[in-house]
Amino acid sequence: MKVTLRIWRQSGPDESGKLVDYQMDDVNPDMSFLEMLDVLNERLILNGEAPVAFDHDCREGICGSCGMVINGMPHGPQTLTTTCQLHMRTFSDGDVIVVEPWRSAAFPIIKDLVVDRTAFDRIIQSGGYISVATGSAPEAHSQLVPKPDADLAFENAECIGCGACVAACPNGSSMLFVSAKVSHLNVLPQGQPERETRVLRMVEAMDLEGFGGCTNTGECTNACPKGIPQASIARLNREYLRASLSGRR
Amino acid sequence: MSEIITNGAGTAPIGYTVGEDLVDRAAPDGPIETRWTRRKFAAKLVNPANRRKHRIIVVGTGLAGASAGATLGEQGYKVIQFCYQDSPRRAHSIAAQGGINAAKNYRNDGDSVRRLFYDTIKGGDFRARESNVHRLAEVSVQIIDQCVAQGVPFAREYSGLLDTRSFGGVQVQRTFYARGQTGQQLLLGAYQALSRQIDAGNVEMHPRTEMLDLIVIDGRARGIIARDLVTGKVSTYMADAVVLATGGYGNVFYLSTNAKNSNASAIWRACKRGAYMANPCYTQIHPTCIPRSGDHQSKLTLMSESLRNDGRIWVPKKAGDTRPPDQIPEHERDYYLERIYPSFGNLVPRDIASRAAKNVCDEGRGVGPGGLGVYLDFADAIRRMGEDKVREKYGNLFEMYERITGENPYKVPMRIYPAIHYTMGGLWVDYDLQSTVPGLFVIGEANFSDHGANRLGASALMQGLADGYFVLPPVIGNYLAQAKLVPADVDSPEAREAYDRSTERLERLLAVNGDRTPDSFHRELGQLLWDYCGMARNEAGLRKALARIPELREEFWQRVKVPGTGAELNQSLEKANRISDFLEFAELLCLDALHRAESCGGHFREESQTPDGEALRDDENFAYAAAWEFTGVGSPPVLHREQLKFEEVHLAQRSYA
Repeated sequence: MKVTLRIWRQSGPDESGKLVDYQMDDVNPDMSFLEMLDVLNERLILNGEAPVAFDHDCREGICGSCGMVINGMPHGPQTLTTTCQLHMRTFSDGDVIVVEPWRSAAFPIIKDLVVDRTAFDRIIQSGGYISVATGSAPEAHSQLVPKPDADLAFENAECIGCGACVAACPNGSSMLFVSAKVSHLNVLPQGQPERETRVLRMVEAMDLEGFGGCTNTGECTNACPKGIPQASIARLNREYLRASLSGRR
Repeated sequence: MSEIITNGAGTAPIGYTVGEDLVDRAAPDGPIETRWTRRKFAAKLVNPANRRKHRIIVVGTGLAGASAGATLGEQGYKVIQFCYQDSPRRAHSIAAQGGINAAKNYRNDGDSVRRLFYDTIKGGDFRARESNVHRLAEVSVQIIDQCVAQGVPFAREYSGLLDTRSFGGVQVQRTFYARGQTGQQLLLGAYQALSRQIDAGNVEMHPRTEMLDLIVIDGRARGIIARDLVTGKVSTYMADAVVLATGGYGNVFYLSTNAKNSNASAIWRACKRGAYMANPCYTQIHPTCIPRSGDHQSKLTLMSESLRNDGRIWVPKKAGDTRPPDQIPEHERDYYLERIYPSFGNLVPRDIASRAAKNVCDEGRGVGPGGLGVYLDFADAIRRMGEDKVREKYGNLFEMYERITGENPYKVPMRIYPAIHYTMGGLWVDYDLQSTVPGLFVIGEANFSDHGANRLGASALMQGLADGYFVLPPVIGNYLAQAKLVPADVDSPEAREAYDRSTERLERLLAVNGDRTPDSFHRELGQLLWDYCGMARNEAGLRKALARIPELREEFWQRVKVPGTGAELNQSLEKANRISDFLEFAELLCLDALHRAESCGGHFREESQTPDGEALRDDENFAYAAAWEFTGVGSPPVLHREQLKFEEVHLAQRSYA
C-alpha cells in the first residue's frame, strides 16, 4: 500500500519546526508503524538526509518509550494500543498520516518526535513510593491484602508513564498519571503511613512542573493505552481533599 | 601453553591460547548453607559516616541496577547512576511476563531453599557455581518480602494471601506473579525506591546517557566515560567502584525479544579493559514467539509458553505446501512433537521444541511468510472446552497475537517460531560479584554467575533483584573498606586516554560516510549468527561464521553511513556505535561455541547428542566456566577455565522422562 507521511521535523529544542511530507510507496500492511518509520529512516540515511528521531525501546507496548500523535490522536487510532503495537493494516491505501510529537508545555521537544518527559520522573520522586529501606521489610504474609484492593492497585499500577494522557488533554493535565500512582499506593495497606504526604507532595510537584488542571474532559482515559480509568482522577481529588483536611504533611 | 584452532576457511588463524585456571577465592569453604552468612560476617564494613565519601557508579536501571542504586543510596553511599532510556523506569526488565521464583513454601508442597538451589543447578545443566546458586535461593525469600512492602501488587487469593503458580521444569508452586506483567511491577517497585533516593540527593541520576568506556587506574576500575545522548557531550565520571547492570547481549542476533536499544557495549568495552567474558555461547531461545512478517521485522515478541498446554503444534507433511491451514486435511498434517516425543508431546522443554521447529522449517515445511513458522492450533481445544473457556484461559494472549498479526487465532491457527530472549553468559564474576578488574562489579543478566548453561523460567527477575538488593551492598562495602584508594582525577592519563579512545571511535564512525546503513550490517550479522550459532551449532558452520565476521567488520568500517554529527541527538550514531561492538563480540561468541565441543543447556552442538537427539554433556572435558581474556580485536583471546566443583548436587544427565 501507499501512504503519505506528514511528519513534524524539528532539529533541536530551540529551532522552529515544520511538517514535511514523505511518500511511502511500498508499505507492507503487516509492518508496525515504527517499522515503517525504520524503513523511511533507512531511505533518508542513504539519501544523505537526517532520519526522523523518535523514542522507542521494547516495542511490546510496556516500556512507555514510544509515543507520537498520529492523525491528532496520541498513539494513533487504535484504542488501548501504544504506537509500537499499531500496525499499518489499520490504515488504508492512499492515506495521508500526520505524525507529531506529544505537545505540552511540560514536555519540551528535544528533536523531531522526541520530547522530554522527565517531569514525570520528578513527580514520582516527590512521593510516588512507599518508604521501605532494603532489608527492613516484614514477612510478606504478615499483612493481608483483600483481593479487590490488590486488583484495584494493580489496574492503576499498569500505567506505563508514556504521557499520552497529557498529550490528549486540552489543558495539558497530568492528573491521570498522578492519579494512577496515588491510587496504586493509597489503596494498599502498605501505603497508609504516607497516604496524605504522598498525594499532597505529588500534586504540588505536578503543579510546579507546569501541567494544567483537570476539567474532566475524559480525553486522557480515551488515549490511555493501558485503560487507566477516569475514576482514578476522582479518587485523586478525594485523596487530596482528605489529606488537605487531615493536617498531616 | 597454547591450543590454536586454525580456521581453514580464512587466511588468518583464528584461535585462542590457554592461560592459567581461574579460581573463585571469594566464596568461603565449608557447609554451603552457611557460606553466605560467613561471607557477610567476614566482610569489612564501611562506617556509615564514611559511606558518603565513597562514590559508586551504577550503569543501568533494570531490576539489578535500580535495586542496587536504591539500596546503596539508602546506605549512604554517593551513587552516580546512568541509563540510556529517557527514564530509569523503562529498562527492559519491564517486559518480563511470567513471574519470580522464591522458596517461600507457602503451598506446603515440599519447597525449600535446598530444592530451589537444586532445581537451578540442574536446570542450568550443571554449568553454574554451586555457592552462588545456593545464595540466590537463600535470598529469594527476602525479595518477596521487600517487594510486597514496596507495594508491588502481586496476584492474591480471596483470603488476601499471595497466589503462586508453577513454572517450567519445576514440581512445586513457587512462582509469584502480577498477571502477565511481573517484570513491570517489580521494576516499578525498584524504580520508585530509586526515585526516593534521587529525591533525597543520594543518587545522581543521568538518564539518556550511555557508557562508552571503563577507566582503569592502577589495575582498578575508577570511572567511566559516558555520552549525553541529547547534547552529544562526552564526559568523564570518576568513582571508587563501578557497577555494571547493563543486561544481556541477545541483540547481537539482531532479531530477539530484547528491547531495540539493548546492547553489549558496556560489558564488551569492560572486557577490552581487562574483565573476562564468560560462557558467551550460552544463549537461550524461546520456542513460542510470533514469527517475522517480512524483511522490515525489527524485533520479536514472546508469547507465554503456557499456550503449549492446550495448543497442538503441526506443519504440513509435504514440503512447499502453501494451502491455507483449513484446507490441509488431518492426514496430511504432521504433529511432529507428538510424533517424535509421544510421552511429552507439545510440552517438551524449550530447547527441544525450538530445535524441532527449526528442523521442520529447514525441511521446507515451515508455514507463513518465508516459511519460518509452525502452527500452534487451538481448534481441538476449542472443540473440547468451548471457545469461552479458551478465551478465559488465554484471552489476553490471543488479543496480543491478533494485534500484531491481524489474524484471529480462534479461527486460524497461530503461527509461532523460536527467538533469542536471554543470555546466560556475561562478564565473569567471583562470589562477590566482582569481575577480574578489582572495583568492577557486574550484576543481573550482565554477569554469568547463576544460571549455568540454561536459565529456568521466572529466575531472571529473582537473580536481578537478589544481586541488587541483597548481594552487592555488603560485598561492595567490603571492597571499599579495604581498597586503599587515592582520589581519582579526571585529568589522569588513564581517564584522558579512555576519553580520547571513545571520542575518536565516534569520530571515525561519522567519518566513514559510506553507502550502507548501520542496520543493514546489524541484520547481516544477526542472520549469520542465527544460521551458524543459533539453535543448533556445528563445527563447519561456526568456522564459516568465524571467517565471515572479520570480513563484515572490515566492511562495516569501510562502508557504514552515519548521518549528522556527534554534537546532537543522533540515534544513528548510537546504533552504529553499538553495532561496532556487536561485530567484535560476535567473534568471541562463535569462538566460545566452537571451543565447547559438548552440548549443554542452551548450547547445542550437533556433534554431541544422544541417539535420540538430546543434548549430550561432556563433563570430563567441559565441566568448567570458560572465561575469555581479550587481547585485541581479531587477536586470539586467552581462555581461563574455572573448574566447577559439584559437591552438593551430583552430576547427572538431565532427563525429560
